[in-house]
Amino acid sequence: MLAVNFLLLGAVLFSIGVYGVIARRNAVLVLMSIELILNSVNLNLVAFSLMNQNIDGQTFALFVIAIAAAEVGVGLAMVLLIYRNRRSIALDELSEMKG
Amino acid sequence: MSVALVAQADVSDTAPVNVALNVGFWIIAAAMIVGAVFVVSTRNVVHAALWLVVVLGGAAAQYILAAAEFVGVSQILIYIGAVMVLFLFGIMLTRATIGTEAGVNNKGWAIGIPVALVIGGVLIWSVIDAYEDSVIEEPSAGQIAGATTSLSDSYLGPYLVPFLALSFVLLAAAIGAIVLARKD
Amino acid sequence: MLAELTSGWFLENAWLIPLIPGIAFALILLFGKRLPQGGSEVGIASMAASLVLAAGATVQWIQRVDSAGEHSGGALGALQAFAGSVFPQAAEEGGGHATPYVEPVISSWTWWQSGGLELTIGIHIDGLAIMMLLLVSFISLLVQIYSTEYVKGDRRYTHFFAAITLFSAGMLVMVLAESMVQLILGWEIMGLCSFMLIGHWWEDEANSRAALKAFFTVRVGDVGLLVGTAILYFGASEWAQDHGSNGFNIQAISGWALSGEGSSAVLTWGAVALFIACIGKSGQFPLHTWLPDAMAAPTPVSSLLHSSTMVVAGVFLVARLYPVFFVGLDIMDSGVNLIAVIGGITIVIAALLAFVQNDIKKVLAYSTVSQLGYMMMGLGVGAWTPAVFHIFTHAFFKCCLFLCAGSISHSGSHHSFDMKEDMGGLRKYMPITFWTWILSTAALCGAPLFSGFWSKDEIIDNANNNGYPVFFVVGLIGAALTAAYMTRATYLTFFGEPRGAAAGHGHHDDHAEEHELAHVEHEEDAAGEHALVGAAASAHVAHGHDGGHAAHGGDDHGGDHGHGDDHGHHDTPHESPIRITAPLVILAFFAVFSGFLNAPGKPFETHWFTEWVEPSSTTVHEAGVEQHDTSFAPAGRAVPLPRADDGGGGVHAEGCGFEPPPEGEICYAPTLTHAEFKWVKTIPSILLVAFGVAASAWICVGIYGDRRHPLKGLTERSRLARAGHRFLVKKYYLDDLYENVIVHGVAHPIAKGAYWTNQRLIDGVVNEVGIAGKRSGRWVYRNVDQRVVDGAVNASGIVAEGGGRSLQPVQSGKVNQYGALLFAAAAVLAIVLILINV
Repeated sequence: MLAVNFLLLGAVLFSIGVYGVIARRNAVLVLMSIELILNSVNLNLVAFSLMNQNIDGQTFALFVIAIAAAEVGVGLAMVLLIYRNRRSIALDELSEMKG
Repeated sequence: MSVALVAQADVSDTAPVNVALNVGFWIIAAAMIVGAVFVVSTRNVVHAALWLVVVLGGAAAQYILAAAEFVGVSQILIYIGAVMVLFLFGIMLTRATIGTEAGVNNKGWAIGIPVALVIGGVLIWSVIDAYEDSVIEEPSAGQIAGATTSLSDSYLGPYLVPFLALSFVLLAAAIGAIVLARKD
Repeated sequence: MLAELTSGWFLENAWLIPLIPGIAFALILLFGKRLPQGGSEVGIASMAASLVLAAGATVQWIQRVDSAGEHSGGALGALQAFAGSVFPQAAEEGGGHATPYVEPVISSWTWWQSGGLELTIGIHIDGLAIMMLLLVSFISLLVQIYSTEYVKGDRRYTHFFAAITLFSAGMLVMVLAESMVQLILGWEIMGLCSFMLIGHWWEDEANSRAALKAFFTVRVGDVGLLVGTAILYFGASEWAQDHGSNGFNIQAISGWALSGEGSSAVLTWGAVALFIACIGKSGQFPLHTWLPDAMAAPTPVSSLLHSSTMVVAGVFLVARLYPVFFVGLDIMDSGVNLIAVIGGITIVIAALLAFVQNDIKKVLAYSTVSQLGYMMMGLGVGAWTPAVFHIFTHAFFKCCLFLCAGSISHSGSHHSFDMKEDMGGLRKYMPITFWTWILSTAALCGAPLFSGFWSKDEIIDNANNNGYPVFFVVGLIGAALTAAYMTRATYLTFFGEPRGAAAGHGHHDDHAEEHELAHVEHEEDAAGEHALVGAAASAHVAHGHDGGHAAHGGDDHGGDHGHGDDHGHHDTPHESPIRITAPLVILAFFAVFSGFLNAPGKPFETHWFTEWVEPSSTTVHEAGVEQHDTSFAPAGRAVPLPRADDGGGGVHAEGCGFEPPPEGEICYAPTLTHAEFKWVKTIPSILLVAFGVAASAWICVGIYGDRRHPLKGLTERSRLARAGHRFLVKKYYLDDLYENVIVHGVAHPIAKGAYWTNQRLIDGVVNEVGIAGKRSGRWVYRNVDQRVVDGAVNASGIVAEGGGRSLQPVQSGKVNQYGALLFAAAAVLAIVLILINV
């Protein structure tokens, strides 16, 4: 198959994820969009691994998966904390860092 | 779909194109894209999570197509099995509205479109420009079989230290999550 | 052949003579009050030192003159020259001789030099300078000794001595002056001291007014001095620089004037300008009005400044720069010239005014003016040596007369100078004063054999001889008038019955006010006693009077009489103490005998003054001081110098002053004519003097005495006589003319104009500048400071704030936005990277 297939797919997923990060108000949804982005990167890695007959791509992809899991855990813990403190996880209400 | 796989697996312009592989790929890709679009656009938070499951599943299928079975399986196990459950718990614990939610999008969601398009455009153009018409060889049976072995070889060989470090990271993440989220 | 004239330490260092009094002045000012004698000892010591130095210089100058005489034309010529001066007949027989040129001792020090202009200070010693040095220091010394008694107890004793010492220093500076600038310096110092001393008792407004009048009147003349100096400088500087000097140098000016290279217009105008200064300083008509008013000064000042020394500065100037006047005013070529006319007028009008004065010092003041007129007239008719000799003799007898007047006021008339009110019959009480006065009066009148005779009559004689018959007559008239008014003054003072203070009663003096009340009471007491005793003064009355004083025992009386203790405890006139009478005697001695320095009549026939003082008209070779025959006769034939021995005594019309000197020669003095002295020629003046004395005595006894006399009360009976008397009393209305018409008419509008200028223009300008400054300041504040500067500052702040505020939305705190920015930036960078690498 064409090499570009995987890569294009990854590109599209990436941009959709970017849109999601920008557009979503709910913190959990933003995290989901970040998962999309991570997955698109994984796809690229695996595709290149296949193209270059190198196993490093897959290695790295597994690393990404593990880290993503860790990140989601911690991220959601934070979201829970925020929810507990503010009763809301709408990101545009979390503008304490404004200015 | 390993039926569609042929012995030769080198990348060259003259390699025969496996149609079945491509078709399979495209169908899964389409599903993934649709799912992704719905993730970022649906107003129902739970639905978004479920569509994400679709995407993740599709990704796992693509990995297997790309002769990365272990990664694919790991994807299903970790991502869909753990992460998505986590997400759903998170949604539940943060009292997300069951059903459609009104203000699920940002005030400035519109700016996301051009940004996404630009990024998408850039990436797509560069990909096409770089890998135009180059063909990936179908992976050989040996390649497929030997993938996991090589993976484990690389993990316990050159990438041993990052592998162990990874375990620490996970440990830290777990502890962190507990510490953050406990109530006392 | 170069003449080796002797010089000497005194001549070379004659600059010490004015320097010592100058330093003494400073010392008296700084330390005088602390010294036991109040500073007078410093003054007297300095004048004594100057006198010693001047005497030494005189001796050395005489030696120098003699040495020059030896070197002219060989030994025989020298012998002849010397012999000719002493034995004129021998010279006449022995052929001609030439008076050698005695080079003056000149040394100078440049104290300012810029752009070709060189100002020097130094000494120029010739016979004239020597005479004046000796005279000034001698008279100053005597007057200072006199002052220690006269001014004793005065409130400004120290300052008096400081000023009088400074005056002497100033006059000595002027006399020694080598350049016109130095002469002006001395002139001005004298003017300043005159002002200070006339106004010594300035608490009385009349005195300060008199001081101002003196100063301003002389100042008017000083304009002429500056203008004249400038004219002569520009005229002479080229010639002077050719001969190694500069246009201020007096000797250079003299040489230039006689060189024939000076334009006659320059010389005339320079001479006229300088003479205007002399008119002011020497009290000639029309600027004589200050001198009588200057009698407000203490008597020593009058005797020193305003009779013998300062007022002759004008005469000295003319004598010193005689070549300029000689050529500029054509002294020998015309029958009349400015100097002679002014001098002649002065003689007569001053003499007339002396008749109507009651103040003895004013009589002497007008007498001084008149005698100064004689000196000026003498210079004007070409009688240089007689005029200068008259300076010399006049100083002695006039100073003596003034000191006598001071002595009278000090001891005889209770500080009053009024002859009619407070004097009379004083010859019995003050014999020394009386006899010195008589001797000096005789000298002044020109009684035969006294000093004035030899000097004044020579002037009159030369006036006739040199072709000025009008002034001859004027001189004779003046002599008669002099004799007459002096007789009047003598009579009123010393003869007749004592009046007023001389009679021992009445205090018509400065401390009269303090006695006023007591005095009135006294009068009633003493009146009875007066009636008994009559007009004759008697110690008895005075005692009684004094007892009355003591009885009233007012505290102020005690204090006053403490001051008046010099009089002793009685009011009768008495002779003055030794410090007053000693100078009188010394001066009277010189008044009698100084004339014999130049007595050309047989059997005396002395020509020492002429020999030592008169400048020689022999030309000088430019490069050195070789003697040449005078009169430019062809080489080999000496032309006899017309002297008293000359056969015809005719007017000399060739030589220096009449024609330019030959090539390579310089003239420094014009050829002077000397009238031959014959006893016969003196008869008119002797007769006139005698007539004046007799007529005046007769009139005086008549008018002032008790007996009936046809002339008595003339002014009351005759309107013409009264008008004439009034005309004289009002001093020809000149004072009114000067003060009320000229000064008021000129000064008043000028003062008003100046005041207006000051208030409107100057103050206006200043105010306007201030207002403008304020306004501009306010404008700048409002527009520049507030708007521009502050605006810029504020704007920068606003811009910063605005920029910050406009960038603030970037930092919204919203994660989504951060994400958007992040990705957008990444996209842009990616595009850039692609574009670069493609």
